[in-house]
Amino acid sequence: MSEKLEFYKQVKKVFRLLLLLFSLFLITGSVLVYYMVNPAFFSLNEAAEVYIVVEELDSDRIENGIHISTGFIDADGLMTVVRNCTGCHSSKLVIQNRMDAIGWNETIKWMQETQNLADLGKNQETIVNYLVTNYPPIKKGRRTMLTNIDWYELNE
Amino acid sequence: MKRRSFVKKATLTSFATLIGTEIIFGSNLLDGYVPLALQDPDPFKMFNKHKEMIMLNDKPWNIEAQAHLLDDKITPNSKMFVRNNGLVPEDIDAKNWVLKIDGESVTKEKIYSLSELKSNFKQYTYQLTIECGGNGRSEFNPPAKGTQWKVGAVHCASWTGVRLRDVLEDVGIKNDAVYIGYHATDTHLSYDPKKEPISRGCPMSKALQDETILAFQMNDEDIPLVHGYPLRLIAGGWPASVSGKWVNRISIRNKIHDSDKMMGDSYRVPCKPVSPGEKVKDEDMCIIESMPVKSLITYPKSGAVLNKGKTLSIRGHAWAGELEVEKMEYSIDFGSTWKTCEVEKPTNRLAWQHFSATVDFPDSGYYEVWARATDTNGTKQTMLVPGWNQKGYLNNACHRIAVKVK
Repeated sequence: MSEKLEFYKQVKKVFRLLLLLFSLFLITGSVLVYYMVNPAFFSLNEAAEVYIVVEELDSDRIENGIHISTGFIDADGLMTVVRNCTGCHSSKLVIQNRMDAIGWNETIKWMQETQNLADLGKNQETIVNYLVTNYPPIKKGRRTMLTNIDWYELNE
Repeated sequence: MKRRSFVKKATLTSFATLIGTEIIFGSNLLDGYVPLALQDPDPFKMFNKHKEMIMLNDKPWNIEAQAHLLDDKITPNSKMFVRNNGLVPEDIDAKNWVLKIDGESVTKEKIYSLSELKSNFKQYTYQLTIECGGNGRSEFNPPAKGTQWKVGAVHCASWTGVRLRDVLEDVGIKNDAVYIGYHATDTHLSYDPKKEPISRGCPMSKALQDETILAFQMNDEDIPLVHGYPLRLIAGGWPASVSGKWVNRISIRNKIHDSDKMMGDSYRVPCKPVSPGEKVKDEDMCIIESMPVKSLITYPKSGAVLNKGKTLSIRGHAWAGELEVEKMEYSIDFGSTWKTCEVEKPTNRLAWQHFSATVDFPDSGYYEVWARATDTNGTKQTMLVPGWNQKGYLNNACHRIAVKVK
């Protein structure tokens, strides 16, 4: 009887040991798979998470007179322009265009007629003033000089 | 945030695999496809573009080359400009892609799968010059509206596909057909599903040319997504906007195609010359057809400094819309005198032509090399920016590079 009990105890011991080993194996395996898919999770500084939060908090950041997330000049009407003019298209499209008030008002009308832009109400004047003041047309004449030439030695 | 949740979903899927539970989204997530919106937003990596390409706009994507990047005889994808009016379509299923031919002037509407197009019609490969109508817009004064392209919105790649003419003959076209208009699967910037970012076309005479093709390959590979995968209409020599990307429908119209981008000042110029900044009535605007004669010096890059007594080899490409380039010249004295370049015949009609010359400089100093092409009608490129138009189309002023001799 005691021999049988002893045997039973030993089997139980082996079973527990195997269970422990298997659990350890499962945990290690899971950790390794997770590490494979998302290695950043195990890096101590959690840079990715902090980065995203910073970006969201600092979307209005201004450095040296430039609104960082759009590249717009910081001046009266900036945030009205950001809110109304960067939903559909990039701020780059605004910055590279140069028009007088008539031209900008016509462009807004065109966007309303063909591109689903809503009525801007009082904001239109703020927006047009901002654009005309900060991005006025540059007189280029019939052809400009070659500028920004990157000189280099040519050895053939 | 999207990126993170994607990573988490993938992680969960892996866990599901481990414990043997049925995977619901696994097949979508594990086949290596990452939706465009979740990809690294570095456009140079995303579109495989050369690092010296210039990104003019990121919503929608507009990227141009620089003259020296276009030195290859056949432009590789990495150096091809990108011009989009809307958002690049996602989740393209080429296996189930269909092209529908409809419109007032078809005898009966017909639908083709991509494999039917490939197997039912003879395939052709052509090198075709495609230039944005607004290439060179940045030079106009008063400034012209739109993306401010410099010189790099042009390419000449090798396109493989079937002739649109063969397909239209198979469909059956009525005698009153005037124009074709394409439709595509890209998304309008406002996400309004009823709006098309761009739908344009060309008269039947252009649609039925040998070189007007429905292409499924570019430079012997599937067309890259941003250039129109899986099917693109190619109409070389005309504004690039006629070569519609992601095409899934072509309408045969009994009148000039009347979409937004065929009207107003979109791809239209004053029929008669106007003074810079002048208002032009809608009825006095004409649709751009063939692009004008033009050329680019692609070697050397502007800014070369060489020693006195050295000769300089220059080379580049010239093209002339529907026509051919007959003569190619260069000037090193601001247009006072011109010397002739060697210019090759085009590989096929509407392909750009390669030119070269050996330049001697008489003394040390600052020089500009100007290049000027002449087409088969005897029309030359201008030296100053040509006729002003509100949207700044058709600037074919001669290309200039700076050279210093010391």
